Amino acid sequence: MWNTLYNWLDERLGLNDLYTNLLDRPEPLGNWWNTLGSASLFLFLLQGATGIFLTVYYTPSPDHAYDSIQYIMNDVAFGWLIRGIHHWGASLMVLVVFIHMLRVFVTASYKYPRELTWLVGIGLLLMTLGMGFTGYLLPWHQMAYWATTVGTQIAGSLPFLGDFVLKTLRGGPDLSALTLQRFFAAHIWILPAALVALIGAHLYLIIKHGESHFPDPED
Amino acid sequence: MSGSNRVTRRDFIKVTTGAVGGLITLVMGIPALGYLIDPALRENKAGKPVMVGNLADIPVGTPYHFSFTLTKVNGWERTASTFGGFILRKTEDPKDIIILSSRCTHLSCRVNWNEDAGAFLCPCHDAKFSPEGQVLDGPPPEPLRRFAYEVGADGAITITPVELKEG
Repeated sequence: MWNTLYNWLDERLGLNDLYTNLLDRPEPLGNWWNTLGSASLFLFLLQGATGIFLTVYYTPSPDHAYDSIQYIMNDVAFGWLIRGIHHWGASLMVLVVFIHMLRVFVTASYKYPRELTWLVGIGLLLMTLGMGFTGYLLPWHQMAYWATTVGTQIAGSLPFLGDFVLKTLRGGPDLSALTLQRFFAAHIWILPAALVALIGAHLYLIIKHGESHFPDPED
Repeated sequence: MSGSNRVTRRDFIKVTTGAVGGLITLVMGIPALGYLIDPALRENKAGKPVMVGNLADIPVGTPYHFSFTLTKVNGWERTASTFGGFILRKTEDPKDIIILSSRCTHLSCRVNWNEDAGAFLCPCHDAKFSPEGQVLDGPPPEPLRRFAYEVGADGAITITPVELKEG
């Protein structure tokens, strides 16, 4: 029964081909440093799932942001767990992505034919930091408020365009409800959409070229 | 199936992966579900009694409309909602009264008293209720709900803001 069903699906979806090409592809000799990319992907999915759950209760408004998070932490069943995973997962993701980049650098895996994988990876690193920056404001407590004040002010020190960039980031000259709202939009829609697109390109390139082997004295 | 009890490495990995995966799904799935359905598991608290009118102001035989506002804490916010109902004095006897909720038993629109029809009419789906709340026409499955009430010595009418089935 199951075999018949599986074969029916396989004929139409090419499940066996997918399995062979995606999960059963040849790998260089195992090395734990090579797992950091998958770890980053897992953390991204974890952040996505817990983030979606947080939006069930979180409200991106100066009047309610702080209170809604207090409600999540103290009143909602397992709210502390969902938010805790999102909070610590965020820091862990920046760390893992960064070590992943260091490993690629040290093993010279960015060289031909993988230059584009590296360039897309730079985009992924910047997006990940952008997620950290925009997410940091959302609790709307003192630390979040002043960190964003400082962060946007730094962006505002850009020559010539500084004032424009600062107003674009803040949605006006000062931190306000507009800032919170646009950081929220960036955090849950714009940056995740960009991340998903770039992750798709990154994974395609990895599968296309296979993983690089560690350099040996011959290289 | 060769009759040997030896577990192959491949089978061991399959079973272990399945078991660990199942465990992770449970450990994450139960909190996730609890998180989502949490508001449904909270108990509805009855509001404090509300004064809705005085016998002296209410004519006999005609439903008298009243409304009241209840403020409840929902999550991190206090929300004020307005509810309404009708007091019907059937006779001069201060005990011979009925207090109906104006919430239609069909889909919760608010019914209005219509003097010409001599009935409560619901604007949403043409439901029609008698002055005592019985269904005369339309889709409602049951009569209008009632409020428990008390009449004070001075004629003040106080209700418990929880809708009760008739009887």
